Amino acid sequence: MYFIRRLLISIPLLLLISFLSFVLLHLAPGGPFDRERKPASPEVERNIARKFHQDESFTKQYMRYLGIGWERDDKGEIHWFQGGLIRGDFGPSYLYRNHTVNDIIAAGMPVSLPLGFMAFGLALGIGIPAGFYTAVKRGEWQDYAGTFLAVLGVCIPGLVLGPMLVVIFAIHWRWFPVALWGSPMHVVLPVIALGLAFAGHVTRLMREGMLNVMKSEFITTARAKGLDENTLLLRHGLRIAILPVISYSGPLLADLLTGSFVVEKVFAISGLGMPIVNGSLNRDYLMVVGLVLLYATLLIVLNLLVDLAYLLLDPRVKYE
Amino acid sequence: MSTIAATTEPNSATTPEVPQSPNQRAMARFRRNRPARFSLIFLIALVVVVVAWPVVLTVVNKLGTGGHSFALAHDPDTLSDRAFAPPSATHWCGTDVHGRDLFSRIMYGAQISLLVGAVGATVSLVIGVLWGSVAGYSGGKWDGFLMRIVDVLYSLPSIVFVIVLITTLEGKVKMAMDHFHSPALTHASRMIFLFVGLGAVSWLNMARIVRGQVLTLRKRAFVEASHTLGAGPIRILLLHILPNVAGVVIVYLTLTVPSIILYESFLSYLGLGIQPPMASWGSLISEGAGQINTVRVYWWLLAFPGATLVITLLALNFVGDGLRDAFDVRGDK
Repeated sequence: MYFIRRLLISIPLLLLISFLSFVLLHLAPGGPFDRERKPASPEVERNIARKFHQDESFTKQYMRYLGIGWERDDKGEIHWFQGGLIRGDFGPSYLYRNHTVNDIIAAGMPVSLPLGFMAFGLALGIGIPAGFYTAVKRGEWQDYAGTFLAVLGVCIPGLVLGPMLVVIFAIHWRWFPVALWGSPMHVVLPVIALGLAFAGHVTRLMREGMLNVMKSEFITTARAKGLDENTLLLRHGLRIAILPVISYSGPLLADLLTGSFVVEKVFAISGLGMPIVNGSLNRDYLMVVGLVLLYATLLIVLNLLVDLAYLLLDPRVKYE
Repeated sequence: MSTIAATTEPNSATTPEVPQSPNQRAMARFRRNRPARFSLIFLIALVVVVVAWPVVLTVVNKLGTGGHSFALAHDPDTLSDRAFAPPSATHWCGTDVHGRDLFSRIMYGAQISLLVGAVGATVSLVIGVLWGSVAGYSGGKWDGFLMRIVDVLYSLPSIVFVIVLITTLEGKVKMAMDHFHSPALTHASRMIFLFVGLGAVSWLNMARIVRGQVLTLRKRAFVEASHTLGAGPIRILLLHILPNVAGVVIVYLTLTVPSIILYESFLSYLGLGIQPPMASWGSLISEGAGQINTVRVYWWLLAFPGATLVITLLALNFVGDGLRDAFDVRGDK
């Protein structure tokens, strides 16, 4: 029941988000077709605006984007809006002419999905064991070293890490290709550049969660019953200690799957991170709204999955 | 946990030199945290050096030993023929594409990066604390309304928000600036947008944290007592609730500064941040990243600004963690 209600609430929420981002972009000065060089004549300019419905009122543009409503043509006949969000059509892109937003998303997905999932895997694959280990070795040198490396990872932005990786591993040692996407060798450096900072975050969350669990009463009880330390921590401790990581991984995955501008730019990869930034800079209204909606949908769905995971992992959690 | 704390309390009270107030105990704990202490000293030293550096530069140049004789005394804006000189005794960090001394550029950029971090975090602090405390204290419908806004803003990618905000403000001010023709004013206004824009996207977590704290505090006995004595909501908020939130807010503030410095470097990478010839660490890094090619590697252009940024962020994070551990009651044992 609880989850069905949450899913139903998410529909008006997504509508609100689409409306807000639509308003926000229209508030910014300039339009999608303002260029240094003006079109040949005012007629051409008018025709472009007309083709993309830029000459219509704001409300009409938004309703057309949703695909709800109708318009009268010159003869007075009523035409329902074609396409629109309710038919799964995100509309045209103004910046990348002759491409729809659906095209851009379809082109970016095959790159951003694997890249995002692999970076996510890297973050969890390093972070969870490292966090577990440092918590178990609390106060010893392994803990200090691990925690330091985790903070260091958090502090190295992709902006520094990406180019550094290229200089060292691609240009100096020539182990990996400098840029582009395709073979498994192309994958390594972008995934590290994207995922390492999050591995640091996950390590710290995991360590914290584990330390809290090790202090909690059910662990003391289990230890008093004579359970050996490994079973205790791995079977009983881990499933509770991992909860903060799970909470964090919902927004993280939504973030990673919708692409990263810096990594895509450094490695000349065409994912979803570039279009959203370029779209915002160039007032490509529909593209930005479409990508924002994609991100928001992912976020809502993943947060729902996070709550489901809580239900599975922690017997104390109940949703009304 | 509370039982452990309660049993240790009388013991520690018997030794006379143990500080009594929770804040003093927190400070004592912070001082015992060696990485945090060193980081704090490093940060203070960095700020002092960065503030004093322009003064030192003018003095040294007046004395006549400046120019190319002494490594520290290069002007960050002076162009020279020695483009892409590797690090040496005269140019500690090498020179950039225009032959400017990189060390002085980094020092120059530090002013802006640190300022952006501090001011942006303050902006986020003001908005976040106001928003969170009003939501938490008024409760009910208003709380729900204000926090729903936070939720919705959360699901908008912040980069879209920042880009729109900065370009909108810039467009508005550009029209006003046409009357003045003052490049200094344009630069200054650009920096102010950066502060506002970065603060405006970084207050959401602060609002959530403050709201949660206020929500638990307003049910406490001392607040109700004050209410019974006839204190108004503003008085209660300012005098009784906010001082109790301060610890958490300070901790979170120290962790917001690095994230804002990072965000500024990202915006500089997009070309939305500081404009040349001014510099920030972010703009220096993106210049360095732009010079990478397979023929010749000017590694120092990337390595030195990058390392400075990373070390500073590291120190800020250690201080933030140290403060959090110090103020965390569970660490009281």
